[in-house]
This record gives sequence, structure tokens and C-alpha cells, in this order.
Amino acid sequence: MSLKSGLESIHAQALATARRPLFREGAAEAIPMAIGIAAWGLVAGVAMAKTGMGVPLAIFMSIVVYAGSAQIAALPLIMSGAPMWVVWATTLCVSLRFVAFSFHFRPYFMHLPRRQRIAFSFLMGDTGFALFIRRFPEPARGRDHEEYFLGSSLVTFGVWQLSIITGIVAGSGIPTSWGLAFAGTMALLALTCTQLRKPSTWVAAVVAGSAAIAAYALPLKLNILVAIAAAVAVGVLADHAQARRARGKP
Amino acid sequence: MSAFELFLTTVGMAVVTLLCRSFFLLPKDDLPMPRWLHEGLRYAPTAALAAVVAPELVLTQGHLIDTWRDPRIFGAVAGLLFYSWRPSLFGTIVCGTGVMLALRFGLGW
Repeated sequence: MSLKSGLESIHAQALATARRPLFREGAAEAIPMAIGIAAWGLVAGVAMAKTGMGVPLAIFMSIVVYAGSAQIAALPLIMSGAPMWVVWATTLCVSLRFVAFSFHFRPYFMHLPRRQRIAFSFLMGDTGFALFIRRFPEPARGRDHEEYFLGSSLVTFGVWQLSIITGIVAGSGIPTSWGLAFAGTMALLALTCTQLRKPSTWVAAVVAGSAAIAAYALPLKLNILVAIAAAVAVGVLADHAQARRARGKP
Repeated sequence: MSAFELFLTTVGMAVVTLLCRSFFLLPKDDLPMPRWLHEGLRYAPTAALAAVVAPELVLTQGHLIDTWRDPRIFGAVAGLLFYSWRPSLFGTIVCGTGVMLALRFGLGW
């Protein structure tokens, strides 16, 4: 196959996917989140501009890392000249939630070829995950799931990159004092709400939130790890207590 | 950091996040894990999101806020109330941010 016909077939395939109803549904459901993502992206972009790492490198980072909270956590470390492994370890702790996301996505996407699974992994994010699980609570496979995931993830990716690059280029021209970042926090809060379906998930969220605040002083953003571990432990204990009650034992 | 060190740091961050994202999607076979962990991991995404959000709402420079007149808390409560009334993501974001901005600029908190 020549390069031209190869590109043409990719183009045709992309167009066909973009016309699929589930792709459109995913894209449409990601759009309301755009206000939060854009606000947070702008803040992250301005923060990156202020490090003085230079526009090309900042844009490179935002595209290849594509993890807002990890980037924001890494910036002060980079500015203070922390060792590279400290930056990586912090990135790891902040990105641990993605491990949990990938665990949930496995039954939906495991039948796909590995290359496609890696591409999907790259596009994975808080918004795409929360919307996907709200739309498809029961694990199943099928083209619908893949198209919905692509629709919502690509819209999120586009909005995020557009806003973070705007922030990087405009730099301190954008005042951050208007609490712009708060819209991003509210977007994450709204996503958390979509996950609160059973009382036990409420308990997990409250435990995790409290633990993350209490352990905030830990280095390397380990408070996130502590919070996840605490919530998983409490969740497992709650499930067992409920199961025992259901069996009529004390 | 030199430009090259910054580049290396960035590439390392990209590798770390991609490995996290693909952790359970890369291996062909299911990873062996105890049942309790399998069940417990269901709570991990909710927990992780809450763990990122909560400190943003009640901490300032790593310290717990010491006044109830903090617009972020009222914004978050307004957002939560909105969501329990209508589960709209857009409405929750706008309502929470709106209340926060109104308190900050209206009342000067």
C-alpha cells in the first residue's frame, strides 16, 4: 500500500468513526465538562509558562505527559531543582488513580489489539473514565464502548491541549487570581459525584478525602496513595460486614 | 535544570503516566490478585478523585483553613446540592464556581 492510499484509508476510517452515533454521544457528553477542563488547562498552562522552561518544551510536556495534576505537582519540584527521581516518584503517586482506571477498563477493552489498548491508555483521563463508567456500568465489550470512549476522550484531549497551550503562550497575560482553577476543582467534584452510586462509595469518598487532607504533609504526594489505600480497606471491610449481616450472623 | 535534563524529566514523566494508565491493559493474562483486592479496587477510582479534590477545597498552602468564611467550601456545597437536585455536570461546575466567585467578589471573602 502506498503512503497516499494508506493515509486515505485512515482518513476514511476516521470519518466513518466520527459519524457513528456512539462516538457522537461520547463527544456530546464530554462537551459540558469543557468549561472545567478549559479553566484548569489555562491555569496549568500559565503555571508552566511561569517556570521559564520555554514554550516548546512546555508544549512538548503537555502533549506527551497529558496529565494535568501530575504536571502541576511536578512544576514546583522542577523549579526548585529537585532530583529527577523525585519528580518521577511524585508523578507516579499522582498518576496512581490511572492504574485503578485501567483495572476498570480491562474487561471492556482487553479483546482489542495491544497497540490499540496502548493508544486508549494514553487517552485515558478523569473525565473520560467517569463518563464512561456512568454510561456503561456493566462490563461488556463491543464497538459501542470503543466509539463512546474515543468520542469523549478525543474531545477532552482537544479542549485540554487547546487551553493549556493557550495558557503557555499567553503566560502571565492571563490573571489567575480570579479563582479560575476552582472551576477545574469543581469539574473533578462533579466527576466524583457521578461515581457515588451506592452508600459504600460515599463512605470510600469521605474516607479518601479525609485521609488525603490528613496526610497532605507527606512528601512525593504520597497522601493520594494513603487515601486510596484507606478507602479500599474501608470499602472491603464494609462489604464484609454487610455480607455477614446478610447471612444473619452477628 | 538544563534543557536536556528538563527534556529527560519530561520523557520520564510521560513513561510513568503511560505505564500507570496501561497497567492492567498491557498484560495478556489476568494478573493474579486476592479476591478482597479485586473487590476493593472498585472503590479506588472514586477514592482517587476525592483525594485530589478534598485538599483543594480546605487547604491553603498546606494548612487547614481556619475560618468558616472561605468561599471554596460554600462553592463546593452549592455544587454538591446542585448535583443532588439535577445530575448535570455543567450545572454543577457553573453553580459551584458561581457561588465561589460571588462570595469572593461580592462579599470580599
